[in-house]
Amino acid sequence: MSVRPLPQSIDETLQLLNGAGYVADRSLATVLFLSLKMGRPLFLEGEAGVGKTEIAKVLSQTLDRRLIRLQCYEGLDVASAVYEWNYTAQMIEIRLAEAAGDSDRRMLAEDVFSEPFLIKRPVLQALEPDLNGPPIFLIDELDRADEAFEAFLLEVLSDNQVTIPEIGTIRAPEPPVVVVTTNRTREIHDALKRRCLYHWVDYPDAERELRIVNERVPGVRERLAREVVGFVQRLRREDLFKKPGVAETLDWASALTELDMVALDPEVISDTLGVLLKYQDDIGRIEGSRSKQLLDEARAELAAAE
Amino acid sequence: MTETGGKIADNIVYFARALRRAGLPVGPAAVVDAIRAVEVAGISSRDDFYWTLHAVFVNKRADRPVFHEAFELFWRERGLVEKMLELLSPVAPPRPAETEKPKPGQQRVEEAMQALKERREEEVFPEIEIDARMTVSEKEILRRKDFAQMSAEEIASAMRALASLQFPDDQIVTRRLVAATRGKVDPRRTVRATMRSAGDLILPQARKRKVQEPPLVALADISGSMSEYSRVMLHFLHALSSRRKVHSFLFGTRLSNVTRQLRYKDPDEALAGCSDAVVDWSGGTRIADALHVFNRDWSRRVLGQGATVLLITDGLEREEGADLGAEAARLGRSCRRLIWLNPLLRFEQFEAKARGIRAILPHVDDFRPVHSLEAIEDLVKALSTPAKRPRPAVSRAA
Repeated sequence: MSVRPLPQSIDETLQLLNGAGYVADRSLATVLFLSLKMGRPLFLEGEAGVGKTEIAKVLSQTLDRRLIRLQCYEGLDVASAVYEWNYTAQMIEIRLAEAAGDSDRRMLAEDVFSEPFLIKRPVLQALEPDLNGPPIFLIDELDRADEAFEAFLLEVLSDNQVTIPEIGTIRAPEPPVVVVTTNRTREIHDALKRRCLYHWVDYPDAERELRIVNERVPGVRERLAREVVGFVQRLRREDLFKKPGVAETLDWASALTELDMVALDPEVISDTLGVLLKYQDDIGRIEGSRSKQLLDEARAELAAAE
Repeated sequence: MTETGGKIADNIVYFARALRRAGLPVGPAAVVDAIRAVEVAGISSRDDFYWTLHAVFVNKRADRPVFHEAFELFWRERGLVEKMLELLSPVAPPRPAETEKPKPGQQRVEEAMQALKERREEEVFPEIEIDARMTVSEKEILRRKDFAQMSAEEIASAMRALASLQFPDDQIVTRRLVAATRGKVDPRRTVRATMRSAGDLILPQARKRKVQEPPLVALADISGSMSEYSRVMLHFLHALSSRRKVHSFLFGTRLSNVTRQLRYKDPDEALAGCSDAVVDWSGGTRIADALHVFNRDWSRRVLGQGATVLLITDGLEREEGADLGAEAARLGRSCRRLIWLNPLLRFEQFEAKARGIRAILPHVDDFRPVHSLEAIEDLVKALSTPAKRPRPAVSRAA
């Protein structure tokens, strides 16, 4: 088992991502390279479905490291994020000791609060040494957790250590590669952002999105891919409540490929609009004449480019 | 102490008194410290003198601008520092000329100085409270008086009353568990408690859901028709912001986020920050556009965690065409509770006739006046009662 080397330049980082089928732009490659080089957490913010979580997965795959994911939710606390004691086993141990007539409390405490009774949760796992190099620690949708948890994360992110009262401080020999993602359902505190390298993951431009579709949707026809991307790009310029992300584009391209479409037509668009838009107001606004108009614009542009 | 020292000491005493009137917590001990500090520091320049007093009298960031203004007025205006320096050093430094626009805190300090001057002329020495105590009946009148009809002095008392308002107790249950005396069994604490008695006693420890105040989101109209209320509203939001999580947005023709500005401790500084951030004070209103921008850019970012929205506007929409009803409906659907505060409600014969008002009304949970202290007290009470959900689906104002 050996540790795969980290990329040594921005270009190498870009190649690394592209090689794993993640079509990244240079700004993302830059910030990722810096975060790996400096050992600082990467803080990715952006709309849903632009490929934030995917970055961590690709990193784990290409660097051949363990991926440890902590999905945040309201009410997430130390017991479910860091560690938990196996209470049932502890209670049995205590009763057994009592039945055997052991009354040395200190010995018992040391026994009961020791490694075998400890259940490790993601944060603790991420701080453990690994033969393949420090793991990729994905803290997903941090905005869903409450502020108290965020404050706790500060210690973990800045010192790479957690303290368990009965055992002591557990420090990572090598800091994990931390990727924090948020959907902005809440503003994350400045103190936490300050410790990270920040990157706003934006929707891709037409060229990059086309590469992503070709990369990710096997068997997609070229004309369909171009039209799909052209249409979605225009859709994002509309005043929508929820713009379609890259994930929606990929879903749509796959759906149309499943339907054996060679190109877009207004009827199919209105039938499958629910794959792209997730709000009734948005669908109502785009359905019918507006979607036809957008399609015509997209086609005109494609014709001009050829 | 030499005679010079005596004069300086006297002046420091007066200066401290001025600071106290401007609202800084300066006690007699601080005055003694300041006099001693000035003696120890051995003043040789104005800056040294400034920072020496600053070190003693200022112990909160928010007090810095007030101290600065007070110092400028008290020492520089009357050339006192120069006089002192003349007394203390052979060469007096030249006095820099300066003209600047009024800064936050200046108003308060100037008033304090004015009062001090008058008092010094009378040579009255007993301490007077900052707050001129009002009689009960005066308070009652003030509580009911419309903000728009108040004098500057009354507004000032109203602001003070706002700052000391009882704040709402509108807690919601979160999913986080905390230790409690009753509730479900908390295994972690139970094991620890058991260990303390080496397993002789198993004492079940409990935990329960934590309660928390939900964030407030205020959308305040600062257009021309609301101008008499804007300042008071901002003060109210400032007082709220110091106690809980409040996101504040102001809108006229555009929407601006002033959350950070309102977190400054000093109310004058906070309001000055808001004026800098907002470009369209007292202009027209485009409520629908403002709500649209809020829904599109901000609602997902600030309406999580069960936020309560305070929409502060008179609902007089000047722009036709934009779909105010749809935007209000979206806003109502995306928050836990939508409360509309409308100063127009003070009129007994108020009827929802204006189109804008009729468009917003069906989508709000609560519709209240907000033109006087009493109305704001009522609002606080209303916040403390649970929200009335679900909303009636039918339009109320036909």
